[in-house]
Amino acid sequence: MAGEQVEKRVKYKSSVKDPGTPGFLRIKEGMLLFVPNDPKSDSKLKVQTQNITQKFTKEGSNKPPWLNLTIKQLLGRSHIFEFENYPDMHACRDFITALGKSDEEPKKAAVLTSTEQLSIKELEIRFKLLRENSELQRLHKQFVESKVLTEDEFWATRKKLLGKDSIRKSKQQLGLKSMMVSGIKPSTDGRTNRVTFNLTPEIIFQIFAEKPAVRQAFINYVPSKMTEKDFWTKYFRAEYLYSTKNTAVAAAEAAEDEELAVFLKPDEILARETRQKIRRVDPTLDMEADEGDDYSHLMDHGIQRDGTMDVVEPQNDQFKRSLLQDLNRHAAVVLEGRSIDVDSEDTRIVAEALTRVKQVSKGDGETTKDANQERLERMSRVAGMEDLQAPQNFPLAPLSIKDPRDYFESQQGNVVNVPGVAKGLKRNVHEAYGLLKESIVEIRATGLSDPLIKPEVSFEVFSSLTRTISTAKNIIGKNPRECFLDRLPKSTKDEVLHHWTSIQELPRHFWSSYPITTPYLHTKVGKLKDAMSNTYSKLDAMKESVQSDLRHQVSLLVRPMQQALDAAFQHYEADLQRRTAKSSGGERPNGYV
Amino acid sequence: MPSVAFKQYSDDVSLLVLLLDTNPLFWSNTSITFSQFLSHVLAFLNAVLGLNQLNQVIVIATGYSSCDYIYDSSLTSNHGNFERSGTGMPPLFASLLKKLEDFVTKDEELSREEGHEDRTPSCLLSGSLSMALCYIQRVFRSGHLHPQPRILCLQGSPDGPEQYVAVMNSIFSAQRLMVPIDSCYIGVQNSAFLQQASYITGGVHHTPKQLDGLFQYLTTIFATDLHSRGFVQLPKPIGVDFRASCFCHKKTIDMGYICSVCLSIFCEHHKKCSTCGSVFGQSKLDEASSVSDKKRKAPHT
Repeated sequence: MAGEQVEKRVKYKSSVKDPGTPGFLRIKEGMLLFVPNDPKSDSKLKVQTQNITQKFTKEGSNKPPWLNLTIKQLLGRSHIFEFENYPDMHACRDFITALGKSDEEPKKAAVLTSTEQLSIKELEIRFKLLRENSELQRLHKQFVESKVLTEDEFWATRKKLLGKDSIRKSKQQLGLKSMMVSGIKPSTDGRTNRVTFNLTPEIIFQIFAEKPAVRQAFINYVPSKMTEKDFWTKYFRAEYLYSTKNTAVAAAEAAEDEELAVFLKPDEILARETRQKIRRVDPTLDMEADEGDDYSHLMDHGIQRDGTMDVVEPQNDQFKRSLLQDLNRHAAVVLEGRSIDVDSEDTRIVAEALTRVKQVSKGDGETTKDANQERLERMSRVAGMEDLQAPQNFPLAPLSIKDPRDYFESQQGNVVNVPGVAKGLKRNVHEAYGLLKESIVEIRATGLSDPLIKPEVSFEVFSSLTRTISTAKNIIGKNPRECFLDRLPKSTKDEVLHHWTSIQELPRHFWSSYPITTPYLHTKVGKLKDAMSNTYSKLDAMKESVQSDLRHQVSLLVRPMQQALDAAFQHYEADLQRRTAKSSGGERPNGYV
Repeated sequence: MPSVAFKQYSDDVSLLVLLLDTNPLFWSNTSITFSQFLSHVLAFLNAVLGLNQLNQVIVIATGYSSCDYIYDSSLTSNHGNFERSGTGMPPLFASLLKKLEDFVTKDEELSREEGHEDRTPSCLLSGSLSMALCYIQRVFRSGHLHPQPRILCLQGSPDGPEQYVAVMNSIFSAQRLMVPIDSCYIGVQNSAFLQQASYITGGVHHTPKQLDGLFQYLTTIFATDLHSRGFVQLPKPIGVDFRASCFCHKKTIDMGYICSVCLSIFCEHHKKCSTCGSVFGQSKLDEASSVSDKKRKAPHT
């Protein structure tokens, strides 16, 4: 597709009222070029196809064949091309859409610099997060707006915050309503003789799921025999006839109109399916299905939809439908769930998809000998009694319990043996033990020393302790639970906390960019380093500006932050040196930046 | 009678577990002799027992190669059968000293058996901490009414980096049990383990400057029970030494590699974590440099 080009004779109009300049429109891959016939006119247009959104006039309307192109970057300007005939316009339009699609693939290859197609929803989530979390907003303002980090990088590490909603939505499948929407009573207008039924895609889906005969009829009759509207009109007429409980009229009309008869008769397809299902299942062993599944031939009480009982002549028996049948069928469908994922408005597509699903499942079930064989095997397996069977010797896997000594010994570390020193040490140890034992014997003999402690020493101890405690109180604060940060003025405190979060953010991106393999990472690292040196100097300035009695504590607080930045700078310098050394001496392999 | 016992249990009943450093290598060269040290400590224990009728004291000796329980004040066998040998010790501590002497003998034998290992002259802090925590756990399980336990670590020997992992595990267990670890360090160098222990568990750490006033330090700072610590100002250290030791060589380091699975610390790059066995991917830096080395070698050959 990409190699072709389309060239058509057109008239270019910049607005609807413009008479139009005749010329040629040439569309090639990625580019749209309009060249006017008159070389002197200046309405030449050259645009890339990825930026185009298009509107066009419909065939069959009285308007001339126009293609209206709006270019994304130039907001508000629309370019209208008038073609000679409709097929031309369709060709151009299709070509542009095809180009738009194929353009997306090469874009995906450009990994880092491509802009994500953000859905509006995602943008909303981002704005909400920024609004709620002021810290995040401050970070965002500082880094993304000063172009240190791009939007994508900023949000890349915060996928958990963003992704929660979207992940939740995509994982869960929406189930079916348990309310029977297919049988809702129509709205009647008291004055006229009209009855209005409402039809939504949800209702259509339910009808198709519950009544396969209707679905089949739809596929057969629409659009060959009648339009969709007529089909639904007939269907609802049948429903209305049911609701009036006038089986005689129903029989009469069914005799007249064969399509109507389809709706009025019991559902053949359903009956067939259930019969097959029952045949396949052994009711003694498997409770999957039994006679009660055959909804249409239930022994029921004859209760109608709105609770009244009815006695009906036998020849009109088939036009009767009871509450139990409908309920059971509806329940079965709801439990099955949504078997297709088609979300389209087109009824035909829905009908076809449902039929296909049913056919596939029927095809799976209809395997002949193998299925029977498997069934028999399954029955014999289930029917067996455990205590009458031979003992099963399962293959044993040996336990692998690791020797705990491995762990503890590895903790001892590598010990260096120096025999000469060891002997000397042993002697020392022996002497030391002797001394210790002597002390114990001595104290046993003499008892506690008297006086235990001299009063001057005691006094000295007291005064030094008091001094320590009082100075500590000044430095750390009266309340042992009080945090030092609360003693700082509020602006300084906020600044310190903000620097702390930025120092968590920046080095994360910095360290993740190593090793540098693309020029993009190179520039990113450069920008990050500049931002980090900026923060470093700000921290220094803050240290100077704070009051003298708090300065020591602040510098203690700030020290680990500066150490982290220092480590990052060191790494940067070392890496830079290594690169320049490598590029100046030694050969440079191909493609290595 | 349970009601009487309940009335007697006031807020400040405490159970003190004292970890006594009996490392001979340390005691052979200090300014204070072991007997003087012992007299300070024993008087302190007496004072603690005197603060409240229901107070309990446990003493665990931390030796060079082993640890053992030396004294338990709740056992009644302490009071009877004392041997009066002249002016000797008050009977309360006679059994303590006897057991201490036996322990030192046993420890000596064990260290002789151990062989030619050249370790740092540290005491087995990890062992005695574990024993203390086991005893405290038993007390916790003994019922509703029990004294509030705390651990006091009297140590002078330097830290043994090979015990880093075990000591940290004990510290975290103590934190979980909410048992504060106080530490009184009487040695020369700074003990990072003890500082970290007291910081993490909410205990008090102090390094007395004057060792002949040790009794005063002990009674002023370490005799306060947990309830009173809410009202009493105790000296706090300005900073804590948070250095760790690496798991492979037991060197003290402050910057190294960490396993992302089990958080073990290594001083150099390893292919596999020795603690949890997870395999590390090759570091990107190494990969890049090795790739370029290979490419450079090719034209030379």
